[in-house]
Amino acid sequence: MIPLDRILLSSLMLLSVHSAHAVEGQKIFTQGGAQPAAMACVSCHGADGLGLAAAGFPRLAGLPAGYLSKQLEDFRSGSRTSPVMQPLAKALAEDEIRAVTQTLAAMPAPATPVITRSATPDGLGERLALRGAWDRQVPECVTCHGPGGVGLGQTFPPLAGQSAAYLTAQLNAWRDGTRRNDPDDLMGHIAKSLSAEEVTAVAEYFSKVNSQESRP
Amino acid sequence: MILRLSFPLVFSLLATSVQAASIAMEDQSQLQTPAAVSHAQYFQPPAESELPNNAYGKMVRDGYALFVDTKRMAPNFVGNGLNCSNCHLGQGRVANSAPLWGAYPMYPAYRQKNDKVNTFAERLQGCFQFSMNGGTPPTADSKEITALSVYAYWLASKAPLGVELPGRGYPEVAKPAQGYDIARGEQVFKAQCAVCHGDTGQGQKLGQDYVMPPLWGKDSYNWGAGMHRINTAASFIKHNMPLGKPGTLSDQQAWDVAAFVNKHERPQDPRLVEGSIEKTRDKFHANDGVNLYGQTLDGVLIGQGIR
Repeated sequence: MIPLDRILLSSLMLLSVHSAHAVEGQKIFTQGGAQPAAMACVSCHGADGLGLAAAGFPRLAGLPAGYLSKQLEDFRSGSRTSPVMQPLAKALAEDEIRAVTQTLAAMPAPATPVITRSATPDGLGERLALRGAWDRQVPECVTCHGPGGVGLGQTFPPLAGQSAAYLTAQLNAWRDGTRRNDPDDLMGHIAKSLSAEEVTAVAEYFSKVNSQESRP
Repeated sequence: MILRLSFPLVFSLLATSVQAASIAMEDQSQLQTPAAVSHAQYFQPPAESELPNNAYGKMVRDGYALFVDTKRMAPNFVGNGLNCSNCHLGQGRVANSAPLWGAYPMYPAYRQKNDKVNTFAERLQGCFQFSMNGGTPPTADSKEITALSVYAYWLASKAPLGVELPGRGYPEVAKPAQGYDIARGEQVFKAQCAVCHGDTGQGQKLGQDYVMPPLWGKDSYNWGAGMHRINTAASFIKHNMPLGKPGTLSDQQAWDVAAFVNKHERPQDPRLVEGSIEKTRDKFHANDGVNLYGQTLDGVLIGQGIR
């Protein structure tokens, strides 16, 4: 299932990890935490942490540690729900969360092309990404998530390189209110203004943006 | 041929260096803004798909690109980290966010106060000098001003000339009876603004480019920009912030947080009179809305500027 180059890449990474935190984090990533319920990340998110698109398991590699640890905290408190992740997050200790999120943040992310807002959008998904839908106060996705959806700071996660299945599921969770762990309801508010067709289109767009050419 | 060309070139270089000291549009005081209209049928600018595939369409696209990516497209004229689209949301299309379709038909504008007529080109030059802290602005016939003017003209297609359209500017939010409170504004800032603009208003960058605009400091608008007025910032904030959630702050919160933002240092007003903040206040700020320039707050003189 997993391409050979991805296995090789993650093996190389294993060898190149040095700091004490990263070593422990790496162990949690590949083998799980001290408690048995804290299952290893690799089993669902892949050896390279890039996720399993078909199953809708998201990419974790290269996501900011602050964003990842907030999600784990939110799974623990129940402000973000997932039958798999909630018990898992509850079984992780604070220092394990710190370690594993730092390891994940340091893992290589897919390269995102530079697509500036001045590019002319092609199709509904890219139009939402680069132009928004301001008649409904929906800002351009890239205004917060950065050019190409590469992500910004610790708060705005990358959209690029996430699978369409994961992005669609999250947008739908924001829409129906089952996910509500964003600051100030910024994302919930936007998702509720999107149509089902727009959700599918914009999720498709960001899932494939990494294969596009840069358009600076 | 070469000689004939070089004379105008030298002349234009001279003209540029002379212009460096002058201010394109000295009077930056605000034009009257209509009150917000509820449930108004706002003017609808044309869709991007309607653009013709010719030189006109291309120039509109050039103007659009400059508008949303100003810092990268016109680095010589942007001295801070801002883009036009930071204060004119939705690419200059959105009502109550100083849309270009609301501005373009109001120029040339006559200002009784100094008995002057300002063209749209001068207005754009003013944006570059003050909001973008850009030093000498592009000349009125430059490709930048031309492309931006063409983009604004296109957005205003079929709009009536000289008519104040609903949604023009940032509709005035009246000063609350209690005035404003900077300490309360700081609380609003921390709760609702810092997530994007940073704890110290510094914005957020990816590499060299700002994604979230800085609200004060050396990379923000200068002391001559319209946004330095608390009333203008309050109106902008009320109608446009937090992003995607306009109208969710109370008038009081909008004024409080606008005052908090605009008490911070930013680049000096390029119209600085004889190096004196006091004289600059008297000439340009004393009668220009509500602002803190040249005032003393907690023992500190505001308006000293920052490089």
